[in-house]
Amino acid sequence: MAGGVLPPPSNRGGTGWGPLRVPLLIPTWVMIGIFLLLPVLLMAVYSFLTKEFRGGVIWDFTLAAYDQFFFDRGLFGDEPPVIEWTYISIFWRSIWQAGVATLACLLVGFPTAWFIATRAPAQRTVWLFLITIPYWVNLLIRTVSLKFLIRDNGPLNEALIGLGLLDHPLPLVNTNLAVQLGLFYSYLPFMVLPIYAAVERYNFALSEAASDLYAGRWTILREIVLPMVRPGIVAGCILVFVPSLGAFLAPDLLGGAKTYMIGSLIDEQFKGSQGNWPFGAAIAVILMTMVLMVLMAQARAALKGERK
Amino acid sequence: MKTYLTTAAALALMAGTAQAEGKLSVYHWFEYMPQELVDKFEAETGIEVTIDTYDSNEAMLAALKAGKIGQYDVAVPGDYMVAIMGHEGLLGSFTPEELPNFAKIDPKWVDVPFDPARKHSIPYQWGSTAFSVNRDVYQGDINTLAMIFDPPDELKGKINVLDSQGEVLALGSLYLGIPQCSTDKAQLKALNDMLLNAKQYWASFGSDTAKEVLVSGDAAAGMIYNGFSAKARAEGAKVEYAYPKEGYVLWMDNMVLLKDAPNRENALKFMNFLLEPENAAAVTNYAAYTAGVMGVEPFLDEAIKTSPENNPPADGPTGVFIEACDEATQKYYDAIWTNLKK
Repeated sequence: MAGGVLPPPSNRGGTGWGPLRVPLLIPTWVMIGIFLLLPVLLMAVYSFLTKEFRGGVIWDFTLAAYDQFFFDRGLFGDEPPVIEWTYISIFWRSIWQAGVATLACLLVGFPTAWFIATRAPAQRTVWLFLITIPYWVNLLIRTVSLKFLIRDNGPLNEALIGLGLLDHPLPLVNTNLAVQLGLFYSYLPFMVLPIYAAVERYNFALSEAASDLYAGRWTILREIVLPMVRPGIVAGCILVFVPSLGAFLAPDLLGGAKTYMIGSLIDEQFKGSQGNWPFGAAIAVILMTMVLMVLMAQARAALKGERK
Repeated sequence: MKTYLTTAAALALMAGTAQAEGKLSVYHWFEYMPQELVDKFEAETGIEVTIDTYDSNEAMLAALKAGKIGQYDVAVPGDYMVAIMGHEGLLGSFTPEELPNFAKIDPKWVDVPFDPARKHSIPYQWGSTAFSVNRDVYQGDINTLAMIFDPPDELKGKINVLDSQGEVLALGSLYLGIPQCSTDKAQLKALNDMLLNAKQYWASFGSDTAKEVLVSGDAAAGMIYNGFSAKARAEGAKVEYAYPKEGYVLWMDNMVLLKDAPNRENALKFMNFLLEPENAAAVTNYAAYTAGVMGVEPFLDEAIKTSPENNPPADGPTGVFIEACDEATQKYYDAIWTNLKK
């Protein structure tokens, strides 16, 4: 087991393309270079530059942006530095919102995916189609529509009051709950589809076998089904969590923009009157580092799981 | 087939004129220029106009600084942004003789603090920023900024404020009676604390939703631009626009000639066109603000001419422009805004 995180080189190299290998790979390298590495590198470099007043950068290298993120020197910058909690708490709030949304997506998405995957093949296509229909509409429009539904004098509250369940409208708009609901609704299919793909491949004979060996339904789910469909669940969670983390449509429209989320904080550095590009770049670098760490830890865990 | 040929010939001709007369590249706010007016200019001059839009002064500045300068001929910054763009060296200059209609500018808008003697800009539209209150919800006197910063019980938790640092901090400073670009620590601290306390009464921050939340009833009071408030009233909201006794924010959008404008001559033709009272009035009728040109009255819609949002009480308070602070001072205001939204 010493070293080597890579899988054994069973199907790498020696595919017979010979001298064509390099020219055929060039388009991929160019794509990755121009559209992935270059922008990320640019962002990283900008985060170490000096801010120009009202937007732009001066080419003097400094750690000022990171200092601003981590250290608080008071409103007037003349106090001894203490840990700056402002931005950490914004990160924490975003992570929390994205986490709740991911959990909600999982709790609803797993049974949904299970249901679809256990229908007759012809029916499955119809169900999948139904799942994707709302997502042909622009995200902004769906978010605004959701706001219309849950507002104080919207249909949901009017129905609840009309049925006599409430006498005051339930305050939903401009709350954290509304933001989580918005994120949940925006990204639900990203949870359903990967889990569906995993469940569809699951061999139900295994469940029957376990049942014959006196495993209860709960045990079958925990010991057999979940480990088998785990890659789908993990993929779904990542696909929901990562975009939720940077989202700012739902927080702005449903949450009332009263508090920054990571996405709106970065946006403000480039478009707001503060115009602090290096700081915006630094926040993005810190966020990306965190996300990469989580993804790498997940990849390592997945590899270990496969070797078992 | 014949029609087809004629159309093709006409198109070719049009393309010919467009090329002969050239182009004009406008960088403008969204929904701030009626299409009919653009069509009229194109028909009169044969100049082909292309318009790109932005949604905030800061976004426009960022785009120009990021390399779009030299690509556009004219833009429409607000008052303080004209001053900033001047400092940044983003503006081109002209002389009054180059604009035959220069004399039609309302004299009170010629020597403005952000562009003395109008060397780079002409007035586009102006108005005020204060707030509106739903009169069904609150019936008392609304002409004080306390409605937003220390509201009566009826309005608590039902207030929308603009998601815009400049306006919120300027109105807050007016409420406390302190200068806009203060360096006095006690004053800055007071502003910071007052805003943090007021935030508990606010339901949301939103600029482009400022009208919609009043119409839908999500907010019972909201900071808003006067023209936006007039539109909310037209859409059925029972709102009244306030002229707070502590003062309110005045703003003026201006069309500026940009540095390195690729079509400078056409830009000046367009600016001159917009100083024509009939054309300035067309923008006013569309946007419900006020033109900075004399002689527009005969062309204005009746509703605009008499709207309370466009006619501040004669004995009422005066408005002030938002000031552009220097870098060292601006840092404090940025910190206060971040504190407010963290």
